[in-house]
Amino acid sequence: MVDISSGMDGLAAPPAVRPKSGRDDRIMLAFVIMIGLYLIVALALPLGMMLWKSTEVRSFSFAAVEAEVDTGAGFVALGTLEASAARLGLSDEVAQARRGPSLTAAQMFPRGNFEGEPVVGARLRIVGDMLGGSLEIGGKKFAQDEWAEVDSTGLRRLVIRAGTITSFANFKEYFGNPALTQSITNSFVVSLVTTLITVFLAFGFAYSLHRTCMRFKGFFQTIATVPILVPSLLAGLSLVYLFGNQGLAKGLLFGGSIYGFWGIVLGCVFFTFPHAMLIISTALRISDARLYEAARVLQASPTRTFFTVTLPGARYGLISAAFVVFTLTITEFGVPKVVGGSFNVLALDIYKQVVGQQNFAMGAVVSVILLIPAVFAFAVDRYVTARQVALLSARAVPYSPAPDRLYDISAFFFCCIVTAFLLTILLVSQYASLIKFWPYNTELTLRHFSFQGVDGGGWASYFNSLELSLLVAVIGTAVVFVGAYLVEKGRGFGWARGALQFLAMMPMAIPGMVLGLSYIFFFNNASNPLGFIYGTMTILVVSTITHFYTVSHLTAMTALKAMDREFESVSASLKQPMTRMFSRISMPICSPTLLDIASYFFVNAMTTVSAVVFLYAPGTTLAAVAALNMDDAGQIQGAAAMCMLIFYTNLFARLVHAGLTRALIGSQAWRKR
Amino acid sequence: MIRLTSVMAVAAACFMPFTAAQAQQLTVYTALESDLLPIYKASFEAANPGITIQWVRDSTGVITAKLLAERDNPRADVVLGTAATSLLMLKSEGMLEPFAPVGVENLDPRFVDQDEPPYWVGTNAWAAALCVNTVEMEKAGVAIPTSWADLIKPEYTGMIVMPNPASSGTGFLDVSSWLQMMGEEEGWAFMDALHKNIATYTHSGSKPCTMAASGEHPIGVSFEFRAVRLLNEGAPLAIVIPSEGIGWDMEASAIIAGTPNLEAAEALLNWSVSDEAMAIYAQNYAILANEALEVQIPDLPADLRSRLIENDFEWAANNRTAILEEWQSRFDGKSEPKN
Amino acid sequence: MAGHYLEIRNVTKRFDKFTALLNVSLDVEEGEFVCFLGPSGCGKTTLLRAIAGLDIQTEGTIHQAGKDISPLPPEERDFGIVFQSYALFPNLTVRRNIAFGLENRKMNRAEIDSRVTELLELVGLPDKGNSYPAQISGGQQQRVALARALAPKPGLILLDEPLSALDAKVRLHLRHELKTLQSQLGVTMIMVTHDQDEALSLADRIVVMNVGVVEQVGTPEDIYDRPATRFVADFIGAMNFIPGAMLRADAVSIGGIELACPANGHADGAKVTVAIRPEDVVIAGDGAALGGNSFDVNVGSVEFLGPFARAQLVNDAFKSSPLVAQVPYTTVRSMGIEAGRTLRISLPQERLRIFDREAAHG
Repeated sequence: MVDISSGMDGLAAPPAVRPKSGRDDRIMLAFVIMIGLYLIVALALPLGMMLWKSTEVRSFSFAAVEAEVDTGAGFVALGTLEASAARLGLSDEVAQARRGPSLTAAQMFPRGNFEGEPVVGARLRIVGDMLGGSLEIGGKKFAQDEWAEVDSTGLRRLVIRAGTITSFANFKEYFGNPALTQSITNSFVVSLVTTLITVFLAFGFAYSLHRTCMRFKGFFQTIATVPILVPSLLAGLSLVYLFGNQGLAKGLLFGGSIYGFWGIVLGCVFFTFPHAMLIISTALRISDARLYEAARVLQASPTRTFFTVTLPGARYGLISAAFVVFTLTITEFGVPKVVGGSFNVLALDIYKQVVGQQNFAMGAVVSVILLIPAVFAFAVDRYVTARQVALLSARAVPYSPAPDRLYDISAFFFCCIVTAFLLTILLVSQYASLIKFWPYNTELTLRHFSFQGVDGGGWASYFNSLELSLLVAVIGTAVVFVGAYLVEKGRGFGWARGALQFLAMMPMAIPGMVLGLSYIFFFNNASNPLGFIYGTMTILVVSTITHFYTVSHLTAMTALKAMDREFESVSASLKQPMTRMFSRISMPICSPTLLDIASYFFVNAMTTVSAVVFLYAPGTTLAAVAALNMDDAGQIQGAAAMCMLIFYTNLFARLVHAGLTRALIGSQAWRKR
Repeated sequence: MIRLTSVMAVAAACFMPFTAAQAQQLTVYTALESDLLPIYKASFEAANPGITIQWVRDSTGVITAKLLAERDNPRADVVLGTAATSLLMLKSEGMLEPFAPVGVENLDPRFVDQDEPPYWVGTNAWAAALCVNTVEMEKAGVAIPTSWADLIKPEYTGMIVMPNPASSGTGFLDVSSWLQMMGEEEGWAFMDALHKNIATYTHSGSKPCTMAASGEHPIGVSFEFRAVRLLNEGAPLAIVIPSEGIGWDMEASAIIAGTPNLEAAEALLNWSVSDEAMAIYAQNYAILANEALEVQIPDLPADLRSRLIENDFEWAANNRTAILEEWQSRFDGKSEPKN
Repeated sequence: MAGHYLEIRNVTKRFDKFTALLNVSLDVEEGEFVCFLGPSGCGKTTLLRAIAGLDIQTEGTIHQAGKDISPLPPEERDFGIVFQSYALFPNLTVRRNIAFGLENRKMNRAEIDSRVTELLELVGLPDKGNSYPAQISGGQQQRVALARALAPKPGLILLDEPLSALDAKVRLHLRHELKTLQSQLGVTMIMVTHDQDEALSLADRIVVMNVGVVEQVGTPEDIYDRPATRFVADFIGAMNFIPGAMLRADAVSIGGIELACPANGHADGAKVTVAIRPEDVVIAGDGAALGGNSFDVNVGSVEFLGPFARAQLVNDAFKSSPLVAQVPYTTVRSMGIEAGRTLRISLPQERLRIFDREAAHG
């Protein structure tokens, strides 16, 4: 009885225990730091850099340059350019730099004249702070107070280069340009309409699959996921072939044009449909049968039951689907690129600013604007998904529908219509890629699959894509799974694991093009020691893995959460290193999930355009981007052929995935009871 | 069989990621038509073993903007087959390395930069042309236009496509030639009227012709090379050289200053003006820098050279920014993405 | 300090603001079976996990076999652990599960095989070696988990609610086996449980915990007969609590009735709680003589519980909390105890426990 003493001995508080880290802790910390660093370098830093660059504005420093001009009577001082701006036809420093980052003497003396007299010679010198800009003749830079002098023939070679200042001028310019701000409205309207249509169709479809006894459910379910396997711009191509001026079904538009709003909406409905359908399916699958029994006992009409039980039960799924569709649409640029016509949207503006005008700062501004709805939708989706999970674990009794002839037949027809829409889009591209010369020569040919003499890089691009997809599938799966393992099963370093989880969730809120643009800023920077990956396959792998990180991470987390929390404790008590635990237990148990993740990565790496369109280099052109560039050059049949090639590759990948999963589960006797 | 093994070789190479290239690689930015690139590449590489060309192809505007954007950190070694107006801009930016290729004396002086040694050399000219879909014109019951002036007639409303001059070299030469032929005021007035008939402005100079060929929009303001190509592929096209004369520019090439691959770059420029290269150009282009080697192209008028306007490249280069700014403020609404 | 197998000194564990363990000290002897008993959230699992190194304490030290293990990660400590969920690796057969902790430690295949076979015999599953966990019953799985924990011959086995997931019958059976196994192997075991029957029947000593502190440590008899605090008295078994006041060192008054009680530290006049277990209330027949501390009560109600009945006894002295007595049903029958009757009862002096009234609400 000597041993009981609670709060009695010990005069002062005993010293805090400083846990000694074991080998496992050190290994885990090393991995946490590695993956954390990866996400910081591949995500946080580039985005930060992009935000910063959006406030960077080119500007001349007219007060810092003095000019003299010779119109035959020797050099006459004009004072600083600021003082003589009006005489030289210069606008303000920022506006002038926006027109071009360099200002030549030829621009100051149009047609070689100064106030009506021909210029014989001109000279400039720096007398102040150039804001990082310079004064040059033919590339040779001049120092402070050194005259840079040219004669009348060299006016074009005497150049002042703009420096940079930090200001919100870019944002001001953006909001001052109605052609650009129109895109905000356009994007919102297109996304809203697409969301309404897609969610309605997806709900009807999912409802038919889970709440009726219609036939051919397996077939419908398979076809519904087809759009995931093709680049989104395929929908645009098919819409042109269907409803363009030479379209197969042009009559259905009654003289309307597919180019513009409705083209974008239809294309986006096509590629967002499976995402919405899968989310709503999950919500409908878990609804509670007991509520339906209660409704029957209370003799509620089917309509009333639908509105009081079915819809509320699926509401989180519906909200989540709506926000996912909204985000996908507002960040989409493949479809608007092909069928947008003159209807501009935000994602396209980024592309136009960056690729068309190489105006990266303005691209960054539009990116920031596009980030706002994307982040908002992401936050709502996360909130709703968390609620959905709570529902899932609380409910038990699954609902199994009773046959109802009228009901089942209507559901069947509904699914037929939706499936017909999806298949038509796919098959039209297939057809277009196989005929000789659209629309005049419909003989069948494979010549468009040779990709001879077309833009985009042809078969080399296809093999690059294949390489990218395989690398992304293998490396991405490894990184994501180890990362998720550390977050879920690691011990200690709570703050580090929390940070890792936060970083892992971030990519979902970042549109692919925004990520790509931020990579330009971050990696295409002479002072970045990691700059060497710019223009290589590596940067494509990094951006693609990062872009699709979150969904993979969540998938891995779900699988890991389903594993007993105490495996690691048991293993440690048995003095087994964590690495052995990981390879012998966690990995084999999660192997089907690993395949799922790898397949997800592969398919998306094959189809993605947005995450890579700013980053591919001559040696690393990619198939989906090639399709985009072929369309750009008017080689639409080639573009369709490339899209179909991607489709067949992904279809094959899916079959391999299904086969491997089956073989794996078959070989794992422990999964059988 | 050869095809299959080469495909497999490419595949094998692809699955060995991150391998360094063996041969010396020359990064060449170009606005040349992509169907020509493999031919040029094969010819050059055969003549210069050990050097391989890595193409970066895009439209003239994009290539120009890209080069300007990369000014402080250039990634290109050579810019090949890009409009002279663009190269003049790059020259004034101090981005080009002067070099006189072997045989430059055989070229028409209009095709060579005036400095000594020249900063750029032209190889062949390309010129504006209208692609008109004969089937669709018949269906619509309208006559095939024969001049620029015809294009603003109301019967062509919504039928015409032209390239956006900001991104397309063809588009820019159209605009600059109209301004030079008609004078600035009248030129812009013409474009205002034309704008009413335009269905869309495309990103590339070829696309109006391919659109015309597929009947999507029956009249494409494009250029003669694409028109001939599509005609040969079986498109129901008529190639119209507008009677007022046509704008033109040349495929010009230059070395990017500071390239680490100077020798290889010089080799490429030497090749570009060689008789052998000229012979290849002659298969597709009617007007060459070396006039002696020209060959008549069957689908084009024999007097094409005389239809070219007197093009003031210096003027065009100096005013390019201002012209594009004016154009964008007037017409950008109808543009296809990527301008 | 030396001599105890496990010495826990002043252990405190905080999670952010929440204190899960406060200054806990405890010794465990080699070969002992100790149960940590308490309601959920009392800190018993936290203490177990601190011993295991799974959640290392914020302050305080733990010595095992003379060695300070406080800062060590679990893999550097000497223990085996069994969880409520069994935590068997589903992708390994029963044999491979048991062998898992034997691999990687300088044992050859034959040695491992024979040790596994030995353990399978020990837990009575000699023919289940090639089954997968999902193919055997819950009780069998828990035996495998125990065998796996025992396999590397650790000095200490930690059991975290090992029987809670099993149904009642299997639980009773396995409880018995666990006790036999422990005394047979002589291994030190610490088991966390919220089930007092389990603790009372298995443990050599019980550690009763509440809100992060140890309330009492003692043998099951100690804990039951001589609860040190009102919490223990209340938590273990049933107990009557009657407010009273000290009269003298060995006498207490409840509502005017004076009762002799064991001598205790409370000052005269101090307000106290008088506690007695229902089965300790002695009922006399009509007018029969009893020892001291006897008085009359009215029977309020009688609740029939099979072999026993529970009678509510009322007296003006303790109106607010009627006294519950547990009476053998034979007595109820023979004496005709029923609602409304008057009975004379006695509260034997040595069965009375006196607790602080203030602390009584802890």
